[in-house]
Amino acid sequence: MTGEVAAITMANRPSVTAAAMKDAAITALVAAGLFIPIVGLRTDVGADGALMIRQRWADVAILVLIAFFGRLGLVTWRGLRGEAKPRTAARTEVLRRAGTFVAPLLLGAAVVLPFIPGTGRYELDLGILVLTYVMLGWGLNIVVGLAGLLDLGYVAFYAVGAYSYALLATTFGLSFWVCLPLAGILAAFWGILLGFPVLRLRGDYLAIVTLAFGEIIRVVLINWVSLTGGPNGITGIPRPSFFGLPFSMSGEPDTFAGFFGIEPSPVHRVIFLYYLILILALLTNWVSIRMRRQPLGRAWEALREDEIACRALGINVTNTKLTAFAMGAMFGGFAGAFFATRQGFISPESFTFIESAIILAIVVLGGMGSQIGIAIAALVMIGGFELFRDLDEYRMLVFGGAMVLIMVVRPRGLVGSRTPTVALGARRAIGAEHVGEGRG
Amino acid sequence: MSAKGAVEPMATPILEAEGLTMRFGGLTAVDAVSFTALQRDITAIIGPNGAGKTTMFNCITGFYRPTGGALRLMRDGAPVDLQRLPGHRIARAGVARTFQNIRLFPGMTALENLLVAQHNTLMAATGFGIGGLIGLPGYRRAERLAIEKATHWLEATGLIERADDPAGALPYGQQRRLEIARAMCTDPVLLCLDEPAAGLNPRESDELGVLLRAIRDGGCSILLIEHDMGVVMGISDRIVVLDHGKKIADGTPAAIRADTRVIAAYLGEGDEA
Repeated sequence: MTGEVAAITMANRPSVTAAAMKDAAITALVAAGLFIPIVGLRTDVGADGALMIRQRWADVAILVLIAFFGRLGLVTWRGLRGEAKPRTAARTEVLRRAGTFVAPLLLGAAVVLPFIPGTGRYELDLGILVLTYVMLGWGLNIVVGLAGLLDLGYVAFYAVGAYSYALLATTFGLSFWVCLPLAGILAAFWGILLGFPVLRLRGDYLAIVTLAFGEIIRVVLINWVSLTGGPNGITGIPRPSFFGLPFSMSGEPDTFAGFFGIEPSPVHRVIFLYYLILILALLTNWVSIRMRRQPLGRAWEALREDEIACRALGINVTNTKLTAFAMGAMFGGFAGAFFATRQGFISPESFTFIESAIILAIVVLGGMGSQIGIAIAALVMIGGFELFRDLDEYRMLVFGGAMVLIMVVRPRGLVGSRTPTVALGARRAIGAEHVGEGRG
Repeated sequence: MSAKGAVEPMATPILEAEGLTMRFGGLTAVDAVSFTALQRDITAIIGPNGAGKTTMFNCITGFYRPTGGALRLMRDGAPVDLQRLPGHRIARAGVARTFQNIRLFPGMTALENLLVAQHNTLMAATGFGIGGLIGLPGYRRAERLAIEKATHWLEATGLIERADDPAGALPYGQQRRLEIARAMCTDPVLLCLDEPAAGLNPRESDELGVLLRAIRDGGCSILLIEHDMGVVMGISDRIVVLDHGKKIADGTPAAIRADTRVIAAYLGEGDEA
């Protein structure tokens, strides 16, 4: 800070303090209004079984004081910092530069994770879970982040993929590698089927219909007992084999361990599953990145920016939306097939709305359209959630608080900027203030 | 009017509107308007506010489906009935447009905006997206040609320095020019401009006139709505005047300037008639 600026800040200080005191007092008043009924008065069951009111004024006083001094500190700090607030674009640029080495670092860590000493079954399972959500996030990103279509029922395609694999494998005995593309194709088919009637809707209306679609799929899965087993789900789904070599503890020559002459271990299968989902997620990533640089991907982004202009340029808006929907659904289907083979058991309970909400939250918090942002968001949301397992009921509070914090600090997600797909000179990131959010 | 008609028969028409009518419920916004825009001409549509200019424009560019009448685009000698085509097909038939309130893709660079405009050509080269995904040489060639064309139009509109800047960050006048460049990248035979000079300063308006004349001399016919009479009189080859949804005059700028009905419509002398 230069001397001149410091002098101005000094001169302003009395007014800053007075305003801060007033602001903090109002905050304390609001806190008192909230905490007196919520914390101050508590009904308990007395010794004789009757209800009695317990008064906890000391707790209220502590909370109000915390609110007062917290607000005072915040406002004073803001006042001292002055107007020299860094521009969003500048911060974005720093993050983007950091992103150039964060991405390879994360990828490297993901590749070597199973061989890091101390990595056990738990860490690998957690890794698989995180990567599943990374893949789902990247899949949904095609629909929400690139094409700007708000889809609240993404889990439906995840369910279609999972049930496709489970039914094909248990009924016809098809192997995982045959079922995987089939599950993707079936999910894409359902995406198109849903897309045809609803893609003329926009914004909130589209969100509601996709939400309903997600619920319809789940309700059908519960009630169509003869096909799906209803609430009991499908059990005995074949576990994956290493290209025909089953992971078995027997150590015979036609098993994975026997073929490669290594000690049979249950961890082999987990490591295989880990690399399987890593490859599937990277495939999603690769296709997304390539698609963005194709005319189709550019049309998706143009659609998010301005649908009417797209129409004036001769782009078939409906077909373009359908391709985005189908592509997103296909990756959801792949992830679903993986989920089914990993669990060995699926039931409609795994495909509730909260799953859609978590995937959407990952996309939004990560920054719509940003691959690395979504990967970090999935890591934080799913991995972080596990990290706070010891906090029991406060876990949800930490979770919610973290989401609010990200949205306050970075309203457009961790990485809100956009990298141009083509450039005559050097590619410069486009600040979030220009990039559209899409209205369906 | 007959004197003006005698000049024209040698030129070939690019767009023929015949009894074009557009009703919204009980309101007739465009009432049986017939006119002809000639090839390699700049045809202006003028009229007081609410005369139905933008409605007619939206009919021509496929944003509205006309209630009645016919719109024929003469492309390569064969007429195309525009009023039967769905919106996105009209652009493919060779009609490009710009918007009164600019509609660029603000989060995409100027260059990307121009590549999106070449979507249909590029899509044909990708082979349903698969060829592009794995990077076949056919697609690479198509993309290189598309970038060359985009560069050409960026140079023509004086935006080449801003090629890699987001469209939303460009100043207003440059956004207007970029929208014209984007429309031209669809290879139109008829360019429809909805108030291209709105909000431009006099110098920018002059530059616009030069650009539009260059586009016309390049072989693309132009149809424009404009309020700025300086621009209209300076560059139009022919002017169609609308008032209350009806065509009241049609002719050269000089003839329109002298037309009593046009003066009446603009100055409000029509009550005693």
